[in-house]
Amino acid sequence: MSDFNAMEFMIVIGARALVDHSIVVVGTGAPCAAAMLAQKAHAPNLVVMFEAGGIGPRMPQMPISVGDSRTFYKAMMATSMNTVMDACSRGRVDYTFLGGAQIDAYGNLNSTCIGDWKKPKVRFPGSGGANDLASLCRKTIVMTPQDNRRFVEKVDFITTPGYLTGRGAREEAGLPPGTGPYRVITDMAVMGYDEATCRMQVQSIHAGHTREEIVKNTGFELLFAKTIETTDPPTDQELEILRKEVDPRRYVIGR
Amino acid sequence: MSALRQGSGTLFCDPDVDKARAYFGSKKPQFASKLMTAREAIERFVHDGDYIGTGGFGTNRISAILLHEIVRQRRKNLGVAGHTMTHDFQLLCAGECINRCDVGYILGLEARGLSPNARRLIQSGKVELCEWTNAALAWRYRAAAMGISFIPARIMLGTDTFEHSAAKQVICPFTGKKYAALPALYPDVAIIHVHRADPTGNCQIDGLEVADFELSQAAKHVIISAEEIVSEDVIRNDPTRTRIPATIVDAVVEAPYGCYPGNMPGKYFSDEDHIQKWMEVEKDPATFATFLDEHIYGVKDFYEYLDKCGGLRRLIELSREERMLPLLGIKSDGGAA
Repeated sequence: MSDFNAMEFMIVIGARALVDHSIVVVGTGAPCAAAMLAQKAHAPNLVVMFEAGGIGPRMPQMPISVGDSRTFYKAMMATSMNTVMDACSRGRVDYTFLGGAQIDAYGNLNSTCIGDWKKPKVRFPGSGGANDLASLCRKTIVMTPQDNRRFVEKVDFITTPGYLTGRGAREEAGLPPGTGPYRVITDMAVMGYDEATCRMQVQSIHAGHTREEIVKNTGFELLFAKTIETTDPPTDQELEILRKEVDPRRYVIGR
Repeated sequence: MSALRQGSGTLFCDPDVDKARAYFGSKKPQFASKLMTAREAIERFVHDGDYIGTGGFGTNRISAILLHEIVRQRRKNLGVAGHTMTHDFQLLCAGECINRCDVGYILGLEARGLSPNARRLIQSGKVELCEWTNAALAWRYRAAAMGISFIPARIMLGTDTFEHSAAKQVICPFTGKKYAALPALYPDVAIIHVHRADPTGNCQIDGLEVADFELSQAAKHVIISAEEIVSEDVIRNDPTRTRIPATIVDAVVEAPYGCYPGNMPGKYFSDEDHIQKWMEVEKDPATFATFLDEHIYGVKDFYEYLDKCGGLRRLIELSREERMLPLLGIKSDGGAA
């Protein structure tokens, strides 16, 4: 087994979450790298979409923007945001990857502001497509460093819906059934959500990290699955594809 | 249909379809040449207080040339649809041109970070915000384009984004399901950069349309800047490719490299060094003021800005980068390989 950094590990785990013959909407950076790796490693029929309108590109290099010309290079279709968001709304899209400044135990995300909305300490970009994708895609995956300033008891602003206040809350709010947070992948662990409570639950811990360390870096009470496994490390093949074919310029994995 | 809940945000544009119909009915097709300079287009069609929608996606296929002109002419109190606005938002904030904004995505430049100046302006509270999402704004344009006063969507529900929006929650009369009702968005002016236009305003776009098809139909006035002005024959010989027809266009500006420093698909890649320079000079307000004097207020037009940014040599490099060709011997330091 080769050496690898935390970003490479997170991308590999993200890639493994994507099943062949499915559809994923991604942004730039690590999510895009994960989708490209999945296509080359085990999911050749995975369709990648970008919210600006790129569908099924054969990307020659990592895009810089969700709407730049690499996102539709040799694509099946170069179309519009409406076409991509319509597909999400129609139930065609299996996965999306999102991030944010804060996430809570139910997977609710904040990318709007820190502090009071009227007079924020820090203002961020807002939803962008995040609220749309988390509302409409079946499974939302978050890749983020484990850090108790990010993993908080209560997000300052729910920009993007996770399970809101718990089981049944999404459906009660009017969001489509069968959608919601699916995985949280960090530099320390892989988490899912407990079926009964919809609270975040550790499934596996990466080698070299401990339960105590994860608890310390999480600002809310984290659940742990009955059996916690050690996360499978990246294989040599995964690392080789990631480094040589997906991100040879180390644009993402060099961070 | 009555609303169950509603967001507390301000509705900046009237979604009344009959007022919109009355306006669109009064707009008669015009086929004389609409060619004019960027200065003239902004003088005639963008007024203080107008609500504008910008085409493209952040740095990609944006009309930097027309946005510079808005800043140079010191337009004030504009409203704007922040539908993935990145460098375009940065420009309007540089000129402090806006006082209200429907937020989809603002302040950021995607992975490049947040604009320090735009962040200062927004955090100062001088700009009234109403929260939406990217799809919400695209679908609001679609409702306007369809001539319906709202469109139901299964987004924003259950979140603070909804609470700080001007959306309302309604029940479907057929299925009983809950929806967010998104009001039609009719901007006063759409500003869209395209690959090709004829003098009457028929336009072709290569690659992603983003939301420009809907935006162009929703807006009361449409100003086009185009990389290339072509004869009407070019359009009429291949009408499948027309994405914006002359019937809805008010002004056409010839604007090669008009998206710089953004990425114009098939033509030139984004100038990441120059975008980084913007981010850098914005950190200090005094430095930024000098930068703006040199690059926008103190130049006669956009092409003087391009000259300051490396001119033709830099543009050739970006054109090669877009097509993923090797740089060969052309370098902006003037040396041959």
